[in-house]
Amino acid sequence: MNTPQQPSRAYLAAPIRKIGALAWFKDNLFNTWYNSLLTVLTLVGLWFIVPPFLKWAFIDSLWYSSAEACRDIEGACWSIVPNNIKFIILGFFPEGQEWRPILAMIMLLSLVFYSKERTRWNKRLGWFWAIGLIIMGSLMYGGLFGMPVVETAQWSGLPLTMMLSFFGMVAAYPLGVLLALGRRSKMPAIKTLCVVYIEMIRGVPLISLLFMSSILFPLFLPDGMTIDKVLRAQVAIILFTAAYIAEVVRGGLQAMPRGQYEAADSLGLNYRQTMRLIILPQALKIVIPPTVGILLSAFKDTSLVVIIALYDVLKTTKVTLSNPKWTGYSTEAYIFLAVLYFICCYAMSSYSRRLEKELHTGH
Amino acid sequence: MTDTQPKDTTESIIKITGMHKWYGDFHVLSDINLEVQHGERIVICGPSGSGKSTMIRCINRLEEHQQGQIIVNGTELTNDIKNIEKVRAEVGMVFQHFNLFPHLSIIENLTLGPIWVRKTPKKEAEELAMEYLEKVHIAEQAKKYPGQLSGGQQQRVAIARSLCMKPEVMLFDEPTSALDPEMIKEVLDVMIELAEEGMTMLVVTHEMGFAEKVADRVMFMDYGEIVEQNTPKEFFDNPQHDRTKLFLSQIL
Ligand SMILES: Nc1ncnc2c1ncn2[C@@H]1O[C@H](COP(=O)(O)OP(=O)(O)O)[C@@H](O)[C@H]1O
Ligand SMILES: [Mg+2]
Repeated sequence: MNTPQQPSRAYLAAPIRKIGALAWFKDNLFNTWYNSLLTVLTLVGLWFIVPPFLKWAFIDSLWYSSAEACRDIEGACWSIVPNNIKFIILGFFPEGQEWRPILAMIMLLSLVFYSKERTRWNKRLGWFWAIGLIIMGSLMYGGLFGMPVVETAQWSGLPLTMMLSFFGMVAAYPLGVLLALGRRSKMPAIKTLCVVYIEMIRGVPLISLLFMSSILFPLFLPDGMTIDKVLRAQVAIILFTAAYIAEVVRGGLQAMPRGQYEAADSLGLNYRQTMRLIILPQALKIVIPPTVGILLSAFKDTSLVVIIALYDVLKTTKVTLSNPKWTGYSTEAYIFLAVLYFICCYAMSSYSRRLEKELHTGH
Repeated sequence: MTDTQPKDTTESIIKITGMHKWYGDFHVLSDINLEVQHGERIVICGPSGSGKSTMIRCINRLEEHQQGQIIVNGTELTNDIKNIEKVRAEVGMVFQHFNLFPHLSIIENLTLGPIWVRKTPKKEAEELAMEYLEKVHIAEQAKKYPGQLSGGQQQRVAIARSLCMKPEVMLFDEPTSALDPEMIKEVLDVMIELAEEGMTMLVVTHEMGFAEKVADRVMFMDYGEIVEQNTPKEFFDNPQHDRTKLFLSQIL
């Protein structure tokens, strides 16, 4: 295409904007009398909170000491974290085998990280994941290459949290999409089934689903037959999360203009092709932000598995605190845990923003 | 497929007999009878709400008719989904608002139909797509996304997308109504070229210059009926019905 000719007229410079710190303060913090008041009140509040906290956390604190040394100080005893880090993170995983869950977690994170670029989404990536998951499973369970078997009852701490939430999300997502499609189906039986399922699950707290999976469900199984406890919790989390994802996805489907269906129809695409190639790619992209919200709460909700006696990373921290030596330092331990959760959640939401950008096609 | 057998060109490609359609209780189309021959170009005009869109959308079953018969290229449109998909693959449609797929690049928009419906190998489909993009004078935009194109360019892509399916008939529903004036011509030019190549076309439009230039027949619809149809010359110079006269006096 030929570039447009520049017409010969005067192009004026844009008016100069006020700059400098003083102007910024005036514009943003003291622009009206009530904003000025709020600013002053906030500053006073911060003055009372921040310095004492800094003193407690950094000046009077101990980082690498014994529990005894902590008795004599005013400040924070961060030593609880390095002294118990192995148990908090890995829980009851057997002595000497710690490298296995650590390696599995690193593998999982690397695969997720590697998958972030759209150009890598091909068959090969699928194989990477398939092989990666098999290796991770073998690392955790063992029984191969002389690795002793570690029963799932001993899986605990961060690997358990990561596993429950990762598989919870990965399996709940497609299930949620199917439920959303089912709820919009023209076939009354399928539609009713999906509506009932979604509304029932959403009407019940996750805790009660976990209870049912661990107490009620085994009653219906024939004698002598048991299903792994971790697996049951995993299934409960999947079923729970899927119902919420379904509703978000349904919102995305409803946002699709009718013209997209009509264009797909008029090309002769069938229902499945239309959904897979035209509707879902767009609808799912629209709902990335609310979906991530659900996945983040799913991640945090995994801590509820403590009520069926699984030891996720929150429970291992509590166990540490029940040791008389460390009992008094719950604030420090929970701050550490909060930071850990925050890092995970922040990583997840950055990842999703990255994904959104990757899928953006300029419309 | 159809390329292997010689076509029976004496048979009309679209045959609508005694067709009625209701939206709920509203009788939107009444006793539509229409026969279209291979290579014929028909322009349909009429006031807004007269049922023009509904009628041409019945031809590829975007809307369902309740009474009468529609036969497209020898296939009758019934509830049989296989027949519907077959007819849709043979009938191209261009919409007022383009309806390109915004998440796919231009070339992907074009190859989608051939690859998934016609089962054409990807490479071949891409060559075909480039050929048609060339034809609508927009080949240099192949890698872009619809959102990066102007309205006129998008509509030409939409035409090329339909052509990639090698349709027997093309339906156009007010293809230039959503365009800025300076872009209307580039789309009409493409449509005129298409007509000159002998494509069977049904065009809902108020571009009377286009009708005069390419139409074999101009058809006037009002209140869900085909009021009259004639050659462009007769239609414009010598309209028979008062309603047609009124309509023409309003738009010309
Ligand atoms: N989905 C629908 N449901 C109910 N009425 C409709 C629907 N689509 C169109 N109509 C009505 O049918 C009539 C014909 O519409 P349409 O075919 O779009 O007219 P035109 O294309 O000639 O402007 C109009 O009165 C319109 O309001
Ligand atoms: Mg219309």
